[in-house]
Amino acid sequence: MAGLKPTDVLPGRGPALGTRLFLLLACSILLMVLDSREDYLQYIHSKLNIVVYPIQAAVDLPFALADWASTSLASRRQLLAENRDLRRQQLRSDASVQKMIAIEAENARLRALMDTAALMTDRTMVTEIMAIDLNPYRRLLTINKGSSAGAYRGQALVDAFGIVGQISDLGPLSSQVLLISDPEHAVPVEINRNGLRTIAVGTGDAQILNLPFLPNNADIRLGDLLVTSGLGGVFPAGYPVAEVNQIEVNPSQPFAHVEAAPAAELDKVRELLLIWPGDVQDQ
Amino acid sequence: MKPVYRFDGFIFASLIAGLILTIMPLPDAINAWRPAWPAMLVLYWTLHKPERFGLLGAWLVGIAMDTLTGTLLGQHALALMVIAFINLKLHLRIRVFPKGQQALAILMLVLVYEFLLFWVDGVAGFATSGIARWLPVLSSAALWLPVAALLKGAMVLARRA
Repeated sequence: MAGLKPTDVLPGRGPALGTRLFLLLACSILLMVLDSREDYLQYIHSKLNIVVYPIQAAVDLPFALADWASTSLASRRQLLAENRDLRRQQLRSDASVQKMIAIEAENARLRALMDTAALMTDRTMVTEIMAIDLNPYRRLLTINKGSSAGAYRGQALVDAFGIVGQISDLGPLSSQVLLISDPEHAVPVEINRNGLRTIAVGTGDAQILNLPFLPNNADIRLGDLLVTSGLGGVFPAGYPVAEVNQIEVNPSQPFAHVEAAPAAELDKVRELLLIWPGDVQDQ
Repeated sequence: MKPVYRFDGFIFASLIAGLILTIMPLPDAINAWRPAWPAMLVLYWTLHKPERFGLLGAWLVGIAMDTLTGTLLGQHALALMVIAFINLKLHLRIRVFPKGQQALAILMLVLVYEFLLFWVDGVAGFATSGIARWLPVLSSAALWLPVAALLKGAMVLARRA
């Protein structure tokens, strides 16, 4: 601002208003066209993500403080109770993990017999949600991990109950996640009971996924669990996605109307797991 | 010319506050009513400090919005810049409108802003139906007078300091 003369700051100096409007309009439209086509602007996106990171951090600050306060100011009794609960939970998980280890070993043996690639344990990392999107028709959120933590575009995220979504926009310190309930999102799934493959499409409602491509005579029942099929290469196979909760068969329509409720708690979670498929966890 | 520059920091701070309010999580019940804060601030500053805040400022705020909300890069930038342009053309008239009429003018401008966002979404092939998209127009217009009074009061304080 040092070099400005008083006349420079008066309206009507410099390029005319209309000219500036035209130039910036051209810029915006060029950006939007480039941005809607694949990856041209990834570099600019990640740089801009750094610029706006302080704003996201500022929004996250009260929540982080509340978290910190609730852990550091909790009473001794609460902590003891929580500790006891966690111990019990740990014991239960340990028991089921033991069973799992046996099953996994058996599974690996059988797969070796069948001469197919062994399923490996996936490496995971905990991440926290920083912000949610305000557009009522999209289901996006921002997490506090980015390329500096080794995340990549298209990486899958899960919570304790199932698949949550994938990274749609990668920044160095934070990234944007497209939830499976976003209307733009589709997950290749299979029915756990019989291996029937189909696609689960988001609806914009956090409680409903749509299965639009099932014929009227498909073998699907209420309560069927949908798991990722691993086709499409984005989501690793075998994670729960949703449970079928509505089937309407109308013979005049080519496809049945099937809806499923996501297994993950899409509108409640604060912590998520990033998954690196096939990357063995260092214990 | 010194007094002209001293509001730059103030304008910047208000815009940052607007962006924070924009991405702050709100309960679902009132989330859809969240006013279009950046649009209101851009309108306020182009109305009252057109010599300090113009098209480029509006455009940069829009780029920040696009990055924060994950929309197409340039979508909010375009919408904010266009309403800033209309406002700059009309600011001498809107500034002397009676208060109610001014809020009405702001309602029309925010409507233009939301319409441009809607239009770009439609062209880009995103889902666009529903009423929720238009609620911020009403809440922005309803909050215009309190927000304008607040910013004016804060500016008077800043001038005294």
